[in-house]
Amino acid sequence: MGSMKEIFNSLLLRELLKGLAVTGRYMFARKITVQYPEEKTPQSFRFRGLHALRRYPNGEERCIACKLCEAVCPAMAIVIESAEREDANGQKSRRTTRYDIDLNKCIFCGFCEEACPVDAIVETRVFEYHGEKRGDLYYTKPMLLANGDHYEAQIAEDRELDSKYR
Amino acid sequence: MVETLQQLLPGFLIPYLDQAMQLGQGFFGPVLWQNILTVVWTVIKVMLIIGPLLGIVAYTTFAERKVIGWMQVRIGPNRVGPWGLIQPLADGLKVLLKEVVIPEKADAAVFLLAPVFAFAPALLAWAVIPFNDFLIVANVNAGLLFVMAVTSISVYGIILAGWSSNSKYAFLGSMRSAAQMISYEVAMGLSLVVVLMISNSLSLIDIVKGQDQGLFADMGLKFLSWNWLSLLPMFVVYLVSLFAECNRAPFDLAEGESEIVGYHVEYSGMSFAVFQLAEYSAMLLGATLVALLFLGGWLSPVGFLPDSILWLFIKILAVVTVFFWVRATFPRYRYDQVMRLGWKVFIPICLIWLTVVGCWMMSPWNIWK
Amino acid sequence: MEFKTFVFYFLATILVYASLRVVTLRNPVHAALHLVLAFFSASGVWVLLQAEFLAIALVLVYVGAVMVLFLFVVMLLDINLDRLREGFWSYLPLGAIVALLMVAEMSLVLWVSYLDRVENDVPQAEATYSNVQAVGRLMFTEYVYPFELASVVLLVGIVAAVALTLRGKRKSKSVSPAEQVFVKAKDRVRVLKMTAEKRD
Repeated sequence: MGSMKEIFNSLLLRELLKGLAVTGRYMFARKITVQYPEEKTPQSFRFRGLHALRRYPNGEERCIACKLCEAVCPAMAIVIESAEREDANGQKSRRTTRYDIDLNKCIFCGFCEEACPVDAIVETRVFEYHGEKRGDLYYTKPMLLANGDHYEAQIAEDRELDSKYR
Repeated sequence: MVETLQQLLPGFLIPYLDQAMQLGQGFFGPVLWQNILTVVWTVIKVMLIIGPLLGIVAYTTFAERKVIGWMQVRIGPNRVGPWGLIQPLADGLKVLLKEVVIPEKADAAVFLLAPVFAFAPALLAWAVIPFNDFLIVANVNAGLLFVMAVTSISVYGIILAGWSSNSKYAFLGSMRSAAQMISYEVAMGLSLVVVLMISNSLSLIDIVKGQDQGLFADMGLKFLSWNWLSLLPMFVVYLVSLFAECNRAPFDLAEGESEIVGYHVEYSGMSFAVFQLAEYSAMLLGATLVALLFLGGWLSPVGFLPDSILWLFIKILAVVTVFFWVRATFPRYRYDQVMRLGWKVFIPICLIWLTVVGCWMMSPWNIWK
Repeated sequence: MEFKTFVFYFLATILVYASLRVVTLRNPVHAALHLVLAFFSASGVWVLLQAEFLAIALVLVYVGAVMVLFLFVVMLLDINLDRLREGFWSYLPLGAIVALLMVAEMSLVLWVSYLDRVENDVPQAEATYSNVQAVGRLMFTEYVYPFELASVVLLVGIVAAVALTLRGKRKSKSVSPAEQVFVKAKDRVRVLKMTAEKRD
């Protein structure tokens, strides 16, 4: 008897009609599409996008070439070379001569940011960048510093917001 | 031709029409003029159908993307032109500019012929589709049979595409699709047998006219006297077989994008687009047949509204929307389930209902006299 | 020349050409396709004879079904045609005699009926005359026994095909879709209600 009922239901397409009702209802639901270039979804202040190297207010770069980020990087995307030189205060200090991040390799895990003792390497909210040639996504130290200079206000604000949770 | 024109043209043009007829007759002689008229009139009718049809096919792809988008809580294409309305043209342009890659070991002639084989039948069948009591290219009195014969040719496109690609995946895909189409043709044919049994004619015009009578039609509820209610099982079987016949979801094993490749893997550019055009025009043809055979064609659904060609368009639109709706709703069938549904479910249902309707017609309760 | 005659010769030329290519082509698939073309032209000729039901049936049955299966077989079998052609010249005289005999017989049959008939004598039906109804009526009244016999022969064919290809119960472990369709969650999974246990 039970199987007769099942056969009857399947011949009447009962379950199929139920499914059609669901999609039919959603046809008139409010659409959730975000029209990307004009509209953007809200970003977290912890968003991990393009990398940047920060400076102190006096203009000296923060990075002290400790190479913790290079060590922690799971994709081995960071290459650092260092040398001694005079900093802005006129003291001898250890600084980078080369700081490269290969964004082709980078997986945007944010470990470099976590590892950094002086908040030098950070990931900004910027995700709309591109490279037209293969080498374009190989970011060298001047490029990273330029990023930092350009987005410093946003970077500082995001660190400030995040500091409560640390 | 002259009678149809006299019906269609506004009154003040008719004297000019008669003058033109006399002028032509005087110039070419009556026999030749009659032949010329026939050819020209046929060409005009063909153009009047093919032209809008291709446009509608293009916009069917657009409508499909929109409707499926809405059902998935998206808004669908909206970038090219206002509300994305120029999207089909952009797609067409893109496809035209792409290279048609012919595999090195393919049978080039057959490879290029296959899309034509797939597309031509879907256009050819429109020759006998009536839009009205008198708007029809060729009023063949075996119209339904003609449609069946012509649509059965489209399977060649699939087989030849698979074979001529000289690729095992395309070949296996074509075997799959062809077997599927042939299987469902049987169920479709059997359900059509029931339709033509009760309407006692193979002419599509007569089949539509036959749906205009009966108990409900006399009460003014014409839509209840259409074939879909009295032949509900056949209606469902025909509709579902149509999905399979057109290689549409949920039977779209020919091009299951995510998991399985079909007969047209080796095709690119315009040659691929022709297969898509064939699919959509076959879909439109199928929707039109459903509208004519089961939904009363150009008959109006209620007694107090006049019959009009607009009703036919509305019905076609509704059936096409069901195609989209089904595609947005159901997951794809597995191949053995497809074959089981065709042979072990639909054909028995058809055969049983054929006998039932046969007995019904012989009984005193026959409602199709 | 009348338009109809022109159409006839056009179709007939295609028909003869296609039939010739069927036997002369090296590629079996191309040969099968030419056979399809031949069927089409033949059905066109039948339409000219106002036998549109037969013409459509020819396309529906032969082009739509039989030739598709034919193509299936031809494509799936890797036929080496060169080996099939090996004895062509030695068999030619015998084949030619048989072919000539057939042509002679057919032309005799046609000649007898043609002698006392001019083309215009072919009965012209009015436009509304339904071929289908006429064929159907004949088939179920005058020729009902041959018709039923033919269907029995076809039934025997179906049974024979099944008997030849049925290899007993399948040994593979795949489950029949008919059973899968009716599977219910409650047949397979039992959801137990348990009181929460305390860990020691």
